[in-house]
Amino acid sequence: MSRITEDQVKYVAHLARLSFDEEEIKTFTTQLDDIIGFAEQLNELDTEGIEPTTHVLDMYNVMRDDVVEPSLPREEALKNAPDQEDGQFKVPLIMEAD
Amino acid sequence: MSNFETIIGLEVHVELKTKTKAFCGCANEFGAPPNTNTCPICLGHPGVLPILNRQAVDYAIKAALALNCEISRETKFDRKNYFYPDNPKAYQISQFDQPIGRNGYIEIEVDGKKKKIGVHRLHLEEDAGKLSHLANGTGSLVDFNRVGTPLIEIVSEADMRTPHEAYAYLEKLKAIMQYIGVSDVKMEEGSLRCDANISIRPYGQKEFGTKTELKNLNSFAFVEKGLAYEEKRQEKILLSGGVVEQETRRYNDATKTTTLMRGKEGSNDYRYFPEPDIIKLKIDQDWIDRIQSEIPELPDSRQKRYVEELGLPDYDAMVLTQTKTMSDFFERAIAEGGDPKLTANWLMGDISAYLNSHYKTIDDVPLTPESLAKLVQLIEKGTISGKIAKKVFKTLIKEGGDPEDIVKAKGLVQISDEGALREIITPILAANQQSVVDYKNGKDRALGFLVGQVMKQSRGKANPKIVNKILLEEIEKVNG
Repeated sequence: MSRITEDQVKYVAHLARLSFDEEEIKTFTTQLDDIIGFAEQLNELDTEGIEPTTHVLDMYNVMRDDVVEPSLPREEALKNAPDQEDGQFKVPLIMEAD
Repeated sequence: MSNFETIIGLEVHVELKTKTKAFCGCANEFGAPPNTNTCPICLGHPGVLPILNRQAVDYAIKAALALNCEISRETKFDRKNYFYPDNPKAYQISQFDQPIGRNGYIEIEVDGKKKKIGVHRLHLEEDAGKLSHLANGTGSLVDFNRVGTPLIEIVSEADMRTPHEAYAYLEKLKAIMQYIGVSDVKMEEGSLRCDANISIRPYGQKEFGTKTELKNLNSFAFVEKGLAYEEKRQEKILLSGGVVEQETRRYNDATKTTTLMRGKEGSNDYRYFPEPDIIKLKIDQDWIDRIQSEIPELPDSRQKRYVEELGLPDYDAMVLTQTKTMSDFFERAIAEGGDPKLTANWLMGDISAYLNSHYKTIDDVPLTPESLAKLVQLIEKGTISGKIAKKVFKTLIKEGGDPEDIVKAKGLVQISDEGALREIITPILAANQQSVVDYKNGKDRALGFLVGQVMKQSRGKANPKIVNKILLEEIEKVNG
């Protein structure tokens, strides 16, 4: 029985801003379904009363002091930008609303 | 009278004034040239390891405690995934299901009535960069100085019932953040930002109506106006048999209306998951106790003390405690011997009027608590009249200095000596005999005229009480 539908794949692809043709959608639907199926083996374990694990390291409270470190020179920060203007990253026009 | 009850909840973002960003050592400062405070971590380059700023966590705990929240003993960070050019990582490090604080409250006072507004949650997250749109339409520019700045998001319960309550909640929230010193809380610099959710329902209905979210609320006044407009807009829709759509609307102050930004179909799916780069936090009692001990007296407590111990009216106590700077100034002035009520009058009257008309705060002027206390004492002792005090005040607030020196240098000492006053009064009575007659005939105003003449003649220095007394004595002597 299929766990993953083509619509779900299209939805996730849209969230990730990826575009696929019908052929690829079919392939990924099968592959994702296999992956979910594989992971479902974990359901066989009894996890009653066990806290969900969010981090595998048994460590807490790793923090740094609030001390300023040098930043990158601006040219360096902008070096990989496909486009720039007036010391800023230039991107396609973003219409916030309306 | 409306048939509908309004339900309002607010989401407030407060930038923390740490020296550095939340997860890297770049400076956290407002107004630096674009993209000069960035590094591979906040620019989201591959392979970097963000490390949490301890001061940001301290501030978040402090804010949560000051808002009466329970502190999560164990908490973690999560990734909130979205694509937008203000965020180079394509996710924001935030907190999803384990916020640092929850179940708190803020007490507000509207029309003399106190009310508790619940604080649903308070969590720590990072700010995004700043976008500006080119007028020629060729693109948008991104400045990443702000990206990674620590923010706390404070989500209220839907406990507010009027736009004015929302305003009072924001005022109080801002004051508390200012008192505990975790943020500059300047709306004009974006260090305090607010979104509002509003719905209406017929009185008696249990379920909430469909809510709309308001954005672009750049001042507390806009929040109140935007909500007031939205309240009416939704009511009109319901009364005409329509349905309120769940949507995000933008407030436009030029038209005083709200316009559609995006509908429900645009709603996001953020796919939160635990942030693997940031290790979990355990917040133990010692940590909480340490932060608790650093919280100064908050506005509510000061307000109460001003009423109970200093005998100030409720209104004065409320106004004086609205900002920490004003309240601190007041406390220092009365510690220097200024009478509390007289000091309060000056602060709420002439001083506030001056500050407001010059767009200044009490920190920006050379007037000191010591000099205000001295000024108040000079009036109390009768050394100067209230009228002269206003003259001295004008010098004090513009140039500073010692009120006593100003009074001496300008020869403003009040004349209370009866002999000296009689010398001024006698010729005035002689020249205004008609006024004396008028007064005797029951025209009370005539006395005021005579006092005025004496004040004028003495250039405001005559002690009005004694002038009054002498005038009455002299008039009594005249045969009517």
